[in-house]
This record gives sequence, structure tokens and C-alpha cells, in this order.
Amino acid sequence: MSTVAPTARSIATQVVAGKLAPDQAVREAFARGDAAGVGAGGLNALLWTDRTRATEQARERVVGDDTQVDRGLLAGVPIAVKDNIATLELPTSCGSRILEGYVSPFEATAVTRLRAAGATVVGKTNMDEFAMGSSTENSAFGPARNPIDPSRVPGGSSGGSAAVVAAGMVPIALGSETGGSVRQPAAFCGIVGVKPTYGRVSRYGLVAFASSLDQIGVFGRTVDDAALGLQVIAGRDVMDSTSASVPVARYADARDASLTGVVIGRPREYFPESLDARIREKCERAIELLRERGAEIRDVSLPHTDLAIPVYYIVAPAEASSNLARFDGVRYGLRVPAPGLVATYEATRSRGFGPEVTRRILLGTYVLSAGYYDAYYRKAQQVRSLIADDFRSVFASGVHVLLTPTTPTTAFPFGAKADPYEMYLSDIFTATANLAGVPGMSLPVGRIEGLPVGAQLLAGHFDEARMFAVAYALENALGEEAHR
Amino acid sequence: MTIPGWEMVVGLEVHVQLKTRTKAFCNCTVEYGAAPNVNTCPICLALPGSLPVLNARAVELAVRAAVALGCTVNHVSVFARKNYFYPDLPKGYQISQFDRPLAENGQIEIGTRVDGDAIRVGITRVHMEEDAGKSIHDRYPGVTAIDLNRAGVPLIEIVSEPDMRSSEGAGAYLRTLKQILQYIAVSDCDMEKGSLRVDANVSARRQGATKLGTKTEVKNLNSFANVERALDLEFQRQVRALEAGGSIEQQTMLFDAVRNEVRAARSKEGSHDYRYFPEPDLLPLVLTSTDVDRARHSLPELPAARRARFVSDYALGPVEIEVLSSSAALADYFEAVARHSGNAKAAANWVINGVLGAVNASGTPLEQLRVRPADLASMIRMVSDGIISGAAAKQVFAEMVRTGERPEQIAKRDGLLRVEDDSALVRWIDEVIAEHPTEAGRFLAGERKLQGVLVGLVMKKSKGSADAKKVNQLLASRVSG
Amino acid sequence: MSVNVSDVLHVAKLARLGVSEERLPQLVAQLNGILEHMDVLGKVDTTGVAATEGVGAAGTPLREDGGEPVPLAHPIESFAPATRDGFLIVPRLATHDDAAEETA
Repeated sequence: MSTVAPTARSIATQVVAGKLAPDQAVREAFARGDAAGVGAGGLNALLWTDRTRATEQARERVVGDDTQVDRGLLAGVPIAVKDNIATLELPTSCGSRILEGYVSPFEATAVTRLRAAGATVVGKTNMDEFAMGSSTENSAFGPARNPIDPSRVPGGSSGGSAAVVAAGMVPIALGSETGGSVRQPAAFCGIVGVKPTYGRVSRYGLVAFASSLDQIGVFGRTVDDAALGLQVIAGRDVMDSTSASVPVARYADARDASLTGVVIGRPREYFPESLDARIREKCERAIELLRERGAEIRDVSLPHTDLAIPVYYIVAPAEASSNLARFDGVRYGLRVPAPGLVATYEATRSRGFGPEVTRRILLGTYVLSAGYYDAYYRKAQQVRSLIADDFRSVFASGVHVLLTPTTPTTAFPFGAKADPYEMYLSDIFTATANLAGVPGMSLPVGRIEGLPVGAQLLAGHFDEARMFAVAYALENALGEEAHR
Repeated sequence: MTIPGWEMVVGLEVHVQLKTRTKAFCNCTVEYGAAPNVNTCPICLALPGSLPVLNARAVELAVRAAVALGCTVNHVSVFARKNYFYPDLPKGYQISQFDRPLAENGQIEIGTRVDGDAIRVGITRVHMEEDAGKSIHDRYPGVTAIDLNRAGVPLIEIVSEPDMRSSEGAGAYLRTLKQILQYIAVSDCDMEKGSLRVDANVSARRQGATKLGTKTEVKNLNSFANVERALDLEFQRQVRALEAGGSIEQQTMLFDAVRNEVRAARSKEGSHDYRYFPEPDLLPLVLTSTDVDRARHSLPELPAARRARFVSDYALGPVEIEVLSSSAALADYFEAVARHSGNAKAAANWVINGVLGAVNASGTPLEQLRVRPADLASMIRMVSDGIISGAAAKQVFAEMVRTGERPEQIAKRDGLLRVEDDSALVRWIDEVIAEHPTEAGRFLAGERKLQGVLVGLVMKKSKGSADAKKVNQLLASRVSG
Repeated sequence: MSVNVSDVLHVAKLARLGVSEERLPQLVAQLNGILEHMDVLGKVDTTGVAATEGVGAAGTPLREDGGEPVPLAHPIESFAPATRDGFLIVPRLATHDDAAEETA
């Protein structure tokens, strides 16, 4: 599949050269999507789409403002957007009954920037409800399927975006991360997924799950497409107080960078005894290739890594319990009538939220409630500082990029993780980056029994350029081996 | 109110709306009285994906208030979410400040004890927060109507120490606080429009006791007078309960102005669990020493300092000072008149009786009064220089209020300049004698007590411009002559 | 630490989540299954460690007091469950005379 689907760079190059009309690029995307069965009944990866409107929008761009398209880094590129990122015409339902049919009256900054760069939004993608999950099984609109093996999950929570990219429909899709929701599905679907530094991409228009951890991320089939996508959406936005004014690099410039002098760390906590030997072997192979290309490899330690999941599952639900309070049926979304206001709140929220969201709201409310705040939330935020300090020290010691497995397993079958905490452990190697705010990405490094394995690269704050340099080099070195 | 053997202990929480153009976290206008939900946007409607960005002016005004109240401004303060459900609270939490407020440890003087010592009330803290919208329960049957125009309007909450010992003390604190906040132009402090709101914490203890009693919080106080009434009622209720051997339950009480009573709110204090935690959508608010110094240096003279200076600079009496210092604008006006005229006493009289009279009669605010301080000062000089009489001055002033013209112009045009010229005076006297032959005849026949009547008639004929002393002399000379 | 049925009911009430009787035992078990993994944090020495809160030494960025509000691409009436005369309409609170109060 990935061999026939064009990259964003090739589409943009052809559009700018006048060899491909943007609306044609959009039609072809829909055709590839149909062939792969991305909709309901198939992969169930794409929730909302409007072909006519998307095609018109792409065409209008040429007619109305071709200079802009000519300049656009993503001229004519069809993209998909996770259902928790606000778009003006398609619904933004967050995979939840409580927002079913809700169309946002404002647009996320990341989407505005993609459109300004020439891209066209072709659809909104399936996700775990409010991004809470690691398999896309928690969507109110049914689970999405993994294009590599439809009997397995695509990962989550951005499973739909990973699936439409892996299936070849679009070269780039937006996802969002709170604890690994881009990197983990990228690994499961054999594509590239980037979680930028906290503050690198505006969260304005991203429906909040856990505000101090959330970050919009990018999927691509190639490192280059992911680099282009991130470059377009990155940068300070006055609408998001937590977005940083650090200048944005041209990440694609890193594609021919040399690895000489680059120090890659192998953190021992990410290669535990219990790690699947085949996943270990794929990652060791990647490290070896990078060494051959001139990188120095160092064993390092991030001693508080095993505390990440407990910390994450206190901080994230706590913030979520507050962020999801606005879904009360007063101003928008579902309202389930009941006698009296309080009963209406309770009926609306218990009907509107699925079981995982309900669990996390209860958990988050509990850890913030009187008498428990210090033992749980405050303690977790302190340990979070220790986790962040681990990264600070390792990057301060001269290590530039860390390489780890992205996930402890490959894509699992539906229903395999019935116990909530077992599912939470899917994020064991990814949640640290969200807690520390550092950038991370997953890229394919081979397959086990036909299922993709992802290697994770982690870098220091706002050092995405170096992370991309290593990713480009690894992708080059692996060649077709990445998908074997 | 006093109850022998018992002492009232009061602390107040005052919410004040900051005078900004836009809301605390979005660009919506704070304009009062717009149609429902017109002043809303994705941010103050709490639409999914919206985020707050703090208003610089709100910070500036909050810091200004904090330094005026003698507080220490924290260089780092932290916004926190106060979580609770209410239909007029769009996000399901209020962005406020909790354990790291904007400012702490201030105090203000609210009056003077009989022994001359100042009465001070400590300010525990000043913190920033956003307002909620309005729930209107009586507009439609069976439902509540929500208007979010007010949601997100910037507020400061000023929490006092439990330093007040009477309802009158609480009233004095509130009036002093309001005057300071108006002086420094951070708020309109208009209780009717809700730009100043008060909650009172009150407890009762035995006279001489050092430990505080259990307090209740009294809400729904919509005027300073009601604060005082509610405090007295609640104090009485508590003392009655304690004297009967009962105890006070820590709870929220609501004041009912119509029934003149306080009663327990249905929900109990213990059921609140606001689950405060630092607001992750905002970074901590960082203020440098320069920011705080700038706010301190930009403060105008505060009411207490101004009153003290009015005593030393102008030797005014306490009532005059009270009136003239009631607002910064009036005090500025008075000082301009006093400076230009060099006559503080007359300036005080004219500002209190003339200017305030005109303001009250017309309802136009002082800022729009047509009489400029310099012109009023010229008029005062004209009186003291004998150019116009006191009686003529009243007419000149009335014209100044009406037209905004300069007093010299008015006096000349209306013939109000003092007339000392004998021929004009003689002509007016002759006319009065001719017009009032009976009185004139009796006067000329020696009935001296009628001289005052005739002088009055001459003055009236001259529209006050005649020199009364001269008229007396001339009339007297006719009798003896 | 662990939760019992009344803790879960209390928390559900705070969060305005109606939880049915039959779901309670399972929820209690699941929450305890999660919370037992959190106990490890209690053993970590965090003496003198600052809690993570907001990054950026310059503090929260400020905006000018002015400018245009973000427009709504379609009006409140198009997404609100119930409106009348521009107001949002909700069922009246059972305790509406305690309007200043949160209902428990």
C-alpha cells in the first residue's frame, strides 16, 4: 500500500509544478481510502467526511488564491484530523456520544496553519473517547481496525489517524498525545508518529484531556512528511498561553545531516529483562545501524522511569476530571432531560460518557478531593519533577537523542486488555516524554510475525531538529527492512 | 449594636470588578446591560478546545489595588481551578487563585478611636479571579435562564482579617475600601451593578475571650446598609443560641432583606469540595519588582493622606474635609480652586455649596460640569477684590453653571459689576423713593428702621451690583439733610 | 489507599456522574485495582522536590486589553440544547432560592 500512496512532498511538488490539481489530489485520496475501506464497516478509521465540500475547498484554493497554494509547503495535500481537534465544517465529537453532531464554531490553530500551507482536510478520524485509551476500542462510534491486520487494534488513542495514514489514504494526519497516543499507534501501524515538545504546537482548538500533557502530534508514512507537517503547525500562538516562542527549525533540513558527533543514549530502564526479545532485537539493530553511520552510543539511566505510569494515571485523570466538567449539557452537546438540574447533569454525563471516561473522571475527582490531594496529586507532581530531572540530567550529560522501544508489545487483538491497568501499561515507554515535556517520535524498524515494531527517539526540549536528523538517518539505513 | 457581655467578630470578603475593557481571559467586552449572551466567544462559553489568555490591564489594576491596600505583592502567584458545577459557570471551574495569591498582608485605616489612635483592619490577601455568568430564576416558569455576558469578567477578591468588632466597623471598612478603590480608579464599586459584592464572616464570643467563636458566612448582601443589618441579626442569633447553651454550626447564611432575617442556606459548608489545583492552561503570573514599583509610583494620593494634608494645608474643618475628600475628582477640583483663588475657605464653601449643589441638582457628574476650577477661582477673587458683591456672585455662578462662560464676561454682560458711582446710585434711590412713596415718606419723616427696606429695594434694582454701604450712606444723608 | 462504595458515590456526586447501583461493585474494584499501583509513589522520597507546575520563567503571557473577540462561525442557537430570547435555558434548580449556592 505504502508504495502506491504518494508522499506529501511529492503531492506538493506536483501541485506547485502545475502537474496535479489540488481537487484531483483530494479525489485520489478518497479513492485510496475507499480501496482500503477506511470508513464504517471497514477499518472504521474515518468518522466524518464531506467529499463534495473537501473537493470544492481544494478546487477553490486554486481558483481563488493560487499564489498561496504555490507557496504552500503542503500545497494540495489531503490530510486527516483527529476528531478532538476543532474544524469548522466537520463535526468535532472526540469519539464521544456527549459531543455527537457538535460542529465547532471556531477552528484549531494547527488546522488553520495546515490549510494556510495549502492542505485540505478530508475527514475526522476515529479515536478513543476524549483520547482516553490505547486501542481506539473506547470510541463511542465503534473501534477502528489496524490496516496491517484488521483483527488487531491500531493502537490509540489516535488510532483512526494512524490507520488512514498507514492505509495510504492521506500522507499526513494530525493526532494528539497525552501519554503516547501518537507514538503508540504509529508503532502499531508501522508509520512515523511525532509528539513535539510541550508548547511547540498550539493546543488552541485541541479538546483538552490533560492540559499539562496534551500536545498535537503528526503522523506520516515517512520521516520527511512528518517533518513537513510539524514544521507547518509548530510555533507560538497567542491563543495558547502555554505555547512557546522558541523559533521553529526547518525540520526537513535535517534529512542529510551527518550523525558524526551525535550521541545516542540507550536508557537501560527501557530495555528491562521482561522486554519481548524480538522487540529488543529490532531496537538493538536500529542502534547498531546508527553506530555504523557515525553516531556514538552510550548506555544511560533514567532511574524514575517505572514511576511514570502511576504518576501519569494520577495527573492525567485529575486534569481530565476538571477539563470534562464543561460537558454538562448546558451550552452544547448532549442533554438527557431529567427532573431538575442536578438530575439532568447526572443523566447527561452518565449517558454521554463511556466507561473508561467515567472511570477516569471518578479517579481524577478522587485524587483531587479533600484529604487526598497531597497524597496523590501533589505527590505525583513532585515525582513528575523527578522524572523530568532524569531527562534533564541525561541530556545535560552530552547525550542528544535517546533510542528505546515505543511499546512493550506489537498490536494486540481486540479485547485483549480487559483490565484497565493492563491497558495503561501500553504507555509504559511513552508517558515519560509527556510528563517531562520532551519531544518524542516513533518510526518503524521492522516487523514481528507481520506486525510492525516501532523504535522511539526522545530528545531534549525543543530539540526536534536533532531528533529528526537521527530519524532520517535511521529510515535511510533501514530502507525496506523497516517494513519487513 | 452591642449585647452586654458579648463581642462581635467580623471579617469580610469583598469581590470587586476591575475596570477593564475586555474580560479576564478573552477579548469579549465587559459592557454592562447588553442583550443576553451577546458578549460571549468560544473562550467564555467554554467551548471545547478554547483556552484562556490573561488580560494585562486586569493584572495592572489588581496590582494597583494590592499596593494601595498596603499588601506585599508576590513575585510569583499561581492561578488555580476552583471546581464546582453550576449552569452559569461554563467551564465547570472558576479560574481563581488559591494557595499562592497575588498579594498578602496589607492593612487599611478605617477611622480613629476616641483616644486618637487609628483603627486598622488587616487585609489577609488580594487575589485575581473571573466572574461567573448570571442565572435568572424568575424569568420563565419552571426553568432557569442563563446569561454568560458576565462570565469571565475580571475580579479581585479582597479578604480582610477578622478585625472588625461591630457592624458599624464593618460599614466603615467597606466605605473606606470603596473610597480607596474608586480613588485609584480600579473599579466603579457599584453594588447595584454588582461591581462590588460582599460576603461576611461573623462570630460571637464572650467579652474578654481570646479564642474566636465558630463563624458563619453571610451572603446575599446587596448594600452596605444590608451588610450592617445582616451582621446585627446574625450576631443576635448566635448570641441567643450560645446563651441558650447551644453551639454555632459553621454554615452559610442568606440575608433576606424583605423579611429582614438571616436563614441557613440549604447546602451546607461541608458539602463543598472545590478540588483546587494549579490551572495548567496558564503559567504562573510573574511580576518583577519594577512592575510593582511602577504600580506603587503611579498611585494617586490616597484618601487618608489627602485628608491629613487638607488639615495642614487648608485648615479646614472635619465636615468640610469629609465632603471634599469623598472622591478623588472632587478633591482635585477643590484643590485647583483653592490654588487659583488663594482662598481655601471660600473655595471650600463654593465647592461644597455651589459645585456639589449644581452636581446634585442637575445629576451631571463633576467631570461634565461646565464650571472650570480656574473660572470659579477667578470669581472668588472678584468677590474678595470687591469687583462683584456676594449676592451678585450667586447670579454669576448660576450663569457659569448654565453656559460655562467666564465670570468676568457674565458680570459685565449682566451688569453685575459693583457700582460705586454716585450718580447711578442716586438715580436708583430716586427711583425707589418715587416708586414707594409711602415707605419713603415715613423714612424721610424720621422712621429710621425703614432704611433697611429701602436699601434692599435699591440693591434689588441694581441686581446686586450696588455697593450697599454707599447706598446706606446716601440714604442716611437724605434724612439729616 | 483504597476506596469503598461510599467514596465512589461521594466522588460520583462531586463529578455529577450518575452511577447505577449495579455498576458500583465493579467500579470500586476497578478503581482499587488502579489505585493499588499508585501506592508506590508514597515510598518515593520527595523531600524538597518542587511539584511540576507551569514552565517558563517569564511567566504567563499577557494580552492587551482590547482587540476583537474570536467570532462564532455559527450562533449559539445552532449548538445549544435549549435557548429562549438569547438565554440558555436549563431546568430550574431544585433549590433555586439558594441561588448563590452550589447545590449539593
